[in-house]
Amino acid sequence: MPEIRTETMTVNMGPQHPSTHGVLRIVLELDGETVVSASPTIGYLHTGIEKTTEQKKWQQVIPLVERMDYLSAQSNSMAFCLSVEQLLGIDVPERVRNIRILIAELQRINSHLVWLGTHGMEVGAISVMLYCFRERELLLNINEMLAGFRMFPSYMRIGGLREDLPRGFHDAVRAFLDRLPGKLDEYEDLLSQNEIYLKRTQGVGVISKEDAVAYGLVGPIARAAGVDYDVRRYFPYLGYDTYEFSVPVQTRGDVYARYQVRLAEMRESLKICRQALDRISPTGPFAIDDPRITPPPKDRVYTEMEALIQHFLIYSQGFTVPAGEAYVPVEGPRGEHGFSVVSDGTNRPWRIKSRAPSLLACQALERMIVGGLIADVIAVIGSIDVVMGDVDR
Amino acid sequence: MSDHAALVASLQQEVPGATVEAAPTVDLQTTIYASRDDVPAVARALRDRPELRYSLLAELTAVDYHPREPRFELVYLLVSLEHRHRLRLKVRLPGNDARVQTVTAVWPAANWLEREVWDLFGIVFDGHPDPRRLLMPEDWDGFPLRKDYPVQIKMTPRASEPLQVTEQEFKANLERDRLTRS
Repeated sequence: MPEIRTETMTVNMGPQHPSTHGVLRIVLELDGETVVSASPTIGYLHTGIEKTTEQKKWQQVIPLVERMDYLSAQSNSMAFCLSVEQLLGIDVPERVRNIRILIAELQRINSHLVWLGTHGMEVGAISVMLYCFRERELLLNINEMLAGFRMFPSYMRIGGLREDLPRGFHDAVRAFLDRLPGKLDEYEDLLSQNEIYLKRTQGVGVISKEDAVAYGLVGPIARAAGVDYDVRRYFPYLGYDTYEFSVPVQTRGDVYARYQVRLAEMRESLKICRQALDRISPTGPFAIDDPRITPPPKDRVYTEMEALIQHFLIYSQGFTVPAGEAYVPVEGPRGEHGFSVVSDGTNRPWRIKSRAPSLLACQALERMIVGGLIADVIAVIGSIDVVMGDVDR
Repeated sequence: MSDHAALVASLQQEVPGATVEAAPTVDLQTTIYASRDDVPAVARALRDRPELRYSLLAELTAVDYHPREPRFELVYLLVSLEHRHRLRLKVRLPGNDARVQTVTAVWPAANWLEREVWDLFGIVFDGHPDPRRLLMPEDWDGFPLRKDYPVQIKMTPRASEPLQVTEQEFKANLERDRLTRS
């Protein structure tokens, strides 16, 4: 009788795999059901946004950076604006700072809801997806009300915001803030004690605290492993140090810990949103009063020669930014991100580099799935919340 | 360690003979320049010295200052979680010899980041464990983020080589495959 020969099997997962959140391809080597090695391949969504921005004027970059990490669009544009404002040496009014915080936190909830929905669906809890997208719809409605655009509002501007808050904004946000806590309880009822969910997530995709730091992991993944790094606490920006909130940290570093961290983060974001909403007056300054950067109001453009000239200058040649380099980190839904901005003193950026938390998460993926089962690969990819637009840019 | 002088002194104590100079900044990050031969030693010192402990490599990227010389600047953004400090470490590289030692042994996170810099700028990282392109196709010509890379120029489309088998060979392959499986 011939000897039984065993060999590993190579499986190509992706790039068109529904659970890879875009076009991520992983070549897996399997021994039975165990993953022996994994090599992620990326770049299928590389659109060269960083190169494109070098041809644009400073304000024109904002819609582009929003399309990088498409689940945290407003957080991206805010990070970009902060870096450029640092180079310009300007400080936005306090009302703008609070509005930006409110918008960024709503964006975080939005992103986490999408994450929870898709992650739940991937491990077999399809109803969670339907519930999460129901609440997310409300956030998209708020975006639509704010800027007329649901996914990429381009509401942030260098020097402030595009326009003042719309009428009824406070009521819409407050209605959402009152509604969500009960819904979060519903999601937890569906998952937190769910035997199938626990079996699929506990002890899966573990990464240690040391590895998390060494691999540059930040945000919920690192906090689930016990690294309490949160940019809002470590390097406060926009006045986050005046807000009361806590940073949820877990220690086990598995998929379930990441789920717990993100759910707790949504509750903390709600707290910040409430505080911010109380501080924001319904009307007031929405941009810095600087004729070089902020276009004049429309009624003045139509009636005054100087305002028309100023309007024309800002929209035709833009404004120049002093030569230098700046990077302002912010805490996005996926952890520290920001834009390393280099200016040569002209009206177009010399170089813009986005710090992509998803790229590093993708790199560490191999470390989390090797040695586990192939069925867990999907759960792990879901739990690190990669957005391929952010990975490839 | 926000103090420039103390930082530079501390580094020079750990890496004797290293040329480290401070540079002004407008943002939070203290900026220092290191010469490229010292990069691995300086990186290790930054990570390991108890008063520094820059254990998190947040970002590694490059800037092309073409046509100025030295043409490239590598930028390492570091975070010290223990001391809550940020640092920007910069390295100048000449355009005709853009290569530097890898820091993947110090910060494993540098692996893909260095691959990306190689891919888009053509800066070589000596000793890198996996020096392949990251974002662009593997057979791509040129380095897109260089300033002298042509933009908005029509390039002739290229298709990958068609499979070199005849119809008969193709059918035979199918047949043979089917036989081995059953």
